Amino acid sequence: MAQMQSGAAGKLSLPALLQRNATQFGDSPAYREKEFGIWQCWSWAEAEKEIEALALGLINLGVNEGDFIAIIGHNRPYLYWAMVAAQSVGAIPVPLYQDANAEEMAYVLSHCGARFVIVADQEQVDKVIEVQDQLHQFEHLIYLDPRGLRKYDHHQLHEYSHVQAQGRAAYDEWITDLKTRREKLNYDSTCVMLYTSGTTGKPKGVVLSNRNIIESAKNASEFDKLGVDDEILAYLPMAWVGDFIFSIGQAYWTGFCVNCPESADTMMTDLREIGPTYYFAPPRVFETQLTSVMIRMEDAGNFKKKMFHYFMDHAKKVGPDILDGKPVGFMDKLKYKVGDLCVYGPLKDTLGFGNVRVGYTAGEAIGPEIFEFYRSLGINLKQLYGQTEATVFITVQPDGEVRADTVGVPAPDVEIKIADNGEIFYRSPGTFVEYYKNPESTADTKDPEGWVATGDAGFFEEGSGHLRIIDRAKDVGKMADGSMFAPKFVENKLKFYPDILEAVLFGNDKDRCVAFINIDLTAVGNWAERNNIAYASYQELAGHPKVLASIQEHVETVNASVAQDPMLSGCQVHRFVVLHKELDADDGEMTRTRKVRRRIVEEKFSDIIGALYDGSLQISTVTEVTYEDGRKGSISATLDIRDAAVASIATKLAAE
Amino acid sequence: MLDASEGYTTEDGRKIGGVVMEMKNITLRFGGVVAIKDISFDIREGEIRAIIGPNGAGKSSMLNVISGFYIPSEGEVWFHGSKRPQMRPYEVARQGIARTFQNIALFEGMSVLDNVMTGRLTNMKSGLISQALWKGKAEAEEVANREIAEKIIDFLEIQHIRKTPVARLPYGLKKRVELARALAAEPKLLLLDEPMAGMNVEEKEDMSRFILDVNDEFGTTIALIEHDMGVVMDLSDRVVVMDYGKKIGDGTPDEVRNNQDVIDAYLGVAHD
Repeated sequence: MAQMQSGAAGKLSLPALLQRNATQFGDSPAYREKEFGIWQCWSWAEAEKEIEALALGLINLGVNEGDFIAIIGHNRPYLYWAMVAAQSVGAIPVPLYQDANAEEMAYVLSHCGARFVIVADQEQVDKVIEVQDQLHQFEHLIYLDPRGLRKYDHHQLHEYSHVQAQGRAAYDEWITDLKTRREKLNYDSTCVMLYTSGTTGKPKGVVLSNRNIIESAKNASEFDKLGVDDEILAYLPMAWVGDFIFSIGQAYWTGFCVNCPESADTMMTDLREIGPTYYFAPPRVFETQLTSVMIRMEDAGNFKKKMFHYFMDHAKKVGPDILDGKPVGFMDKLKYKVGDLCVYGPLKDTLGFGNVRVGYTAGEAIGPEIFEFYRSLGINLKQLYGQTEATVFITVQPDGEVRADTVGVPAPDVEIKIADNGEIFYRSPGTFVEYYKNPESTADTKDPEGWVATGDAGFFEEGSGHLRIIDRAKDVGKMADGSMFAPKFVENKLKFYPDILEAVLFGNDKDRCVAFINIDLTAVGNWAERNNIAYASYQELAGHPKVLASIQEHVETVNASVAQDPMLSGCQVHRFVVLHKELDADDGEMTRTRKVRRRIVEEKFSDIIGALYDGSLQISTVTEVTYEDGRKGSISATLDIRDAAVASIATKLAAE
Repeated sequence: MLDASEGYTTEDGRKIGGVVMEMKNITLRFGGVVAIKDISFDIREGEIRAIIGPNGAGKSSMLNVISGFYIPSEGEVWFHGSKRPQMRPYEVARQGIARTFQNIALFEGMSVLDNVMTGRLTNMKSGLISQALWKGKAEAEEVANREIAEKIIDFLEIQHIRKTPVARLPYGLKKRVELARALAAEPKLLLLDEPMAGMNVEEKEDMSRFILDVNDEFGTTIALIEHDMGVVMDLSDRVVVMDYGKKIGDGTPDEVRNNQDVIDAYLGVAHD
């Protein structure tokens, strides 16, 4: 692999790496996108030409060095080119979450003072136009898909392909300018600015330099031996640091191909068609896929069902060991081979994981059963721990040392220390430059020596040297009796049940814990269909006595398992309620990366929490909801509150 | 009245051209029942023209006359400046008129893509043998037609169900597939029979957006029947109102809204 990255020495920016790729891997595919039912392909040489045309067009429109260019849309090669074109002209790309509403967009756009915005389609154009008056620096809007935009006022509006055409036409005029700007870029110039969704407060703009991106991409690519022949599917939000590292950083470093799905709805089919070798997904995606496999197996014929379960039991027994290269008996190996032929192989192919060499999951804890399921099939799924401020990588699991309950060892070149209160600190070449226009926050997070506070509490496991995360440091609290309160620990255990989508635990400074639970509509809906339970709405299904009973069973099982942990046995759920609506980012209850905003949930549903503690059996409540287009409405509901049996610690001691 | 040769400009600045289709004194009888009684109106190039009316007013019959399915008992249909002779529906289709149906008439067992491709049938010229052998002209023709079908699929955002059999789709999507099939014929005049019947608010909004986009992007002239008054008033440039087979109003949505006959027909009127 070393020879593949040759010629990268001294390449101190992504545009420089692009030039190298265009000469060195000129004919190999750089981007693919499915459009009109066919995979369209661009080689590195072609991609370089497209990016150059756009860069010239941007100069022609008046982009200056140091300008911010916001980029909003779903994963499309054109938008990835826009990022690199922006860098080429000395501007700074700022990708935004495409599902953000207009207000959220207004905040980010005015905070960075973007003069130019490049968007995917009419939906995004409308949002930008809606908030245009609040944006003082905003000048031009470039859109990709002209549909529905014919009648718009085109004074400030430009079609992407026209900008490129103008760039090509003005080639002689601007090419020297472009080259000069490109050559000025070095390791310290800003590569990208990413806004963190932030579980509290306003989003912060994390400034990442070329050094951050290239060093992190290089280390991670070498760690997993990625090369020019690898394939990835780019489907995660472009505004997320992970996508930037995988689809741009590592792609430019190693020269592998980035494949963009046709639309969000076709993701699964496209995944299967491409068969990526390097794959990344948050636990939720793996969970959904597993749920759908299990549901489909329920519908399968008797023979298939039996075969599936027979071989899956065997895979559970020996699969992970075979993957880790541990010794396994000959007969077991043979049986696994047969299983591979009959079950694992076809299943992996259906899931689109037939070629996966390295797979990662991160962002949240993954259920041990889900994790084991994929690993037992022979998919090399690993965990990593990271954040935007670290340019993703803090710890990763090396091949052969993969476990569900740890996040691995420090990534190459990353130093980690644990403070007395358990908070994790790190220092690495990926450590961010600063929060844009926010020196106080920068100083709070990063000390002068370069150590960054993660805000997570954890510890290194003795013996293996693997890091284990307990919870967000600020969420770890104390119960009234002084025992430790770590909500995530319990919530994760609850969320590992397929019919529980989300759980929120309360109990800081209280004498006992209570919980909110969101059901998973796919899993519970399917169960309802199977059991002839009719329901008209999410709310009705969530309040169905049978659903409540099965959730209660889960809660009680979790309580029993929490009771096993001497440190956290106080966190058992005494009472719970199944919420009448899904927690949603549009209502501010979650971040765009789907992490619960604890404080906001606590405030918004304070009446329900009150009822959970005061012993009432029902609570009537009215909740405000925001629709996707920004309009507001409200849902009223009467919710049943359930008591859950709590396992006492004493019984456990007696049992031992 | 508007001059036949000249167009007009809509409120949102679209240029509407001359008359594409003109219905002159159409009467349609089924035995003793008079479904349509002496109705005249025109459809202009590039406009969205709505036909509304209470149940049983004769709207669908009118659409069937336009599409050539019914032959009017009296009166003339003029299309592109010449009187249309009696025609079979497929001949009308070849003239560039495509339609969707009130009760969805798709091939349930076929995939979405195949259904959309049937919309291209009138444009396929290669013979049966050539198509069966899949050589030369037939192959090139299929590729060219597939490209057009794919553009329509992309336009209506139904890529994810491209290979799904129509029978498995929910109602709202079936309606969209039917629109796709009609569009695949690249019609000059598109007839929509209650495109939004039975849809929820969100599906209606989506469908309205698609209808506007089709009109905007391809410049297709559209004639539609619709029950939902809000939708009709928002979408259309001009509206014909029918009641008991007669025309009781014709004009812009505002004109129609303030027409006393129309109000009476919709709200009912006290019998003395």
